[in-house]
Amino acid sequence: MSAVATQTSSLRPIAEYDRPLWQRLFATREMAIIGLLVVVVIVATAIVPNFGSKITLTYLLMDMFPVLIMALPMTAIIVTGEIDLSVASVVGFASVLTGVLTQAGVPFGLTIILAIAAGLIAGFINGILVTAVGLPSLAVTIGTLALYRGLAIGLLGTTAVTDFPQFWTDLAKAKLGSSGIPASVLIFVVLAVVFILMLHFTKFGRGIYSIGLSPEAARFSGVNVERTKLVLFVLSGAVAALAGVYYTLRYGSARGDNATGMEMQVIAAVLLGGVSIFGGRGALHGVIAGVLLIGVLGSALRLANVGADVINIITGVLLILAVISSSVFAAVREKAGGRKRRLAGMPAAKPENS
Amino acid sequence: MSTAQVMSTEPQNGFVRGLRKLASAREASILLALAIVVLIATLRNSNFLFSPDGYRDLWLTPSLLLLVAVGQAVVLITRNVDLSVGSVLGLSAYLTGRLFIDMPGLPVIVVMLIAVVFGALLGFVNGALVAFARVPALVITLGTMYAYRGINVLWTGSDRINASDMPKEFLGLGTAQIFTIPVLTIISVVVLIAVAWWLRNTRAGRENYAIGSDPAAAELYGLPVTRRVLTAFVLSGALAGFAGVLYAARYGTINSQAGFGWELDAVGAAVIGGVAIFGGVGTVWGAAIGAFLLMTINRALPVVGVPDFWQRAVVGVLIIGAIVLDRVLSLRQHRKLIEEREVAQ
Repeated sequence: MSAVATQTSSLRPIAEYDRPLWQRLFATREMAIIGLLVVVVIVATAIVPNFGSKITLTYLLMDMFPVLIMALPMTAIIVTGEIDLSVASVVGFASVLTGVLTQAGVPFGLTIILAIAAGLIAGFINGILVTAVGLPSLAVTIGTLALYRGLAIGLLGTTAVTDFPQFWTDLAKAKLGSSGIPASVLIFVVLAVVFILMLHFTKFGRGIYSIGLSPEAARFSGVNVERTKLVLFVLSGAVAALAGVYYTLRYGSARGDNATGMEMQVIAAVLLGGVSIFGGRGALHGVIAGVLLIGVLGSALRLANVGADVINIITGVLLILAVISSSVFAAVREKAGGRKRRLAGMPAAKPENS
Repeated sequence: MSTAQVMSTEPQNGFVRGLRKLASAREASILLALAIVVLIATLRNSNFLFSPDGYRDLWLTPSLLLLVAVGQAVVLITRNVDLSVGSVLGLSAYLTGRLFIDMPGLPVIVVMLIAVVFGALLGFVNGALVAFARVPALVITLGTMYAYRGINVLWTGSDRINASDMPKEFLGLGTAQIFTIPVLTIISVVVLIAVAWWLRNTRAGRENYAIGSDPAAAELYGLPVTRRVLTAFVLSGALAGFAGVLYAARYGTINSQAGFGWELDAVGAAVIGGVAIFGGVGTVWGAAIGAFLLMTINRALPVVGVPDFWQRAVVGVLIIGAIVLDRVLSLRQHRKLIEEREVAQ
């Protein structure tokens, strides 16, 4: 993966200032996804019975909450050119841990803290193996995908813990007033603001993008590549554990196979949102739209009685289309851009891939 | 052909020779680990090796994974990965069962061929997406893994194919033995030998290593990168499809979850067997021994008193252990070679 990343790293990530402002703001991949989301919502409201109801919105947001929050650190990790396949297993592990600790009579507040601490450690192990040992994140997280899932299944076997404090399960399903919006959205909003600020408005965030474009160049310009990646993997683990606690409370069940395969939804959403799998480009508004697009499609299809299997097929196909479309766009742009520049008598520099 | 032979018989420099030595040591050490696992489990409970069932399972259990791991190894060597093998296996196993039910007149061998070709087609879809769109195989096969499984669930529903739906002579494949060795194992080992020969002795096989070591250099050198990557995926799909047929013969019941999670075991077997996940290094022999080690450890766990719920965790630990070990060894080798060069100068 790293070799491919260096191949494409000559593409400029910065805004193309020779394009008019409205094009720079609106003619982007992110806006295309947001537009698609709006179209899908309008079509679904018009065609699918009950899609426009409040309860649909509530369930849509509650179902997508874990994916929504995990997509935030995943975006940052993919922007650095790495990947974390172990997130769904961390969700499962945190869920089982929540169940086991509750069963053992640990106060629930402490349980949450311990579960998130376990997620931190899981992410730290990923991060250390990637940065200090120098292994490719793909290999490491395939290994920890099996390991963390294995720990979850090993701890509970085929049993499930289903007894949780009423207060907390109610809280996980609480709504904001009569709006139908689940209260958990507040957690997402806080996390989203933190990640948007971190990724797009801090030096640390600029470092993340420069690592994705060229780790060497980033190192020479003073970015602490190892520490940055380590921090991101730790964040990913912690957020996945939080998602695990939520998942447990929302469904009132801690099982070893909770959230199996959710990493696919997270990665699909991130790539659909315009983040390049080669690293170095992407923005969070696109990613959030990507998650919601997957959620809306899923919930519309479910209401139309199409069934969960089709949703898997559609998510898989969307994931493939998302990555292929950016390759195709890049190829088309390269041709078009090259011609335009030649016509204008400019040197045929490589066009940017936005 | 001649260049390939020169490459394979006369390593040009110390680095290649060193790697070669390391690789052979790796397969030997995995084999040793396998022997130790069998020994410990047998000491705990002599039925593990000396009962007819235990002896048969020792050979039989890893045979299907062996096929999938061999295909996976070839894909990994080209610096790609195929996460869809479990889903391909499931689809082709169900197809096998359906063919027996819907077209009862079809000879067994034709059904098997159709299922293998079907697997190859699914592999071709993966390969075409990866090779032509120049997109990381990880993402493509993660997508097709879910898409293929979704198609399987949609097609199968809650239906199940039972042993009574399939002809006796086909199911006999799953239990038949020649000289106390199960036929399924013999079939897998024959495939293993064929792929190992192809990978080691033909030009096309060697080119997989060149592509995996440095895709850009391979392209510049004029190697048909697209075609080789495509071939690797088709091979992986076909072997997963073949494993699906044998799965049907061995287990007799097929539901929509057949082969679920096998991609992890296949990648695990290959990586434990010394195939580098970043390409260019490893042999299918290693992957095959890795498959034996993985499945044998899984069977040994309950014998030594660990509940089998911990199997997946063991797979994880082994994968991580193997890649860390490879990294440490290659760093040490690298340092040694630099020292040697400095001494020589």
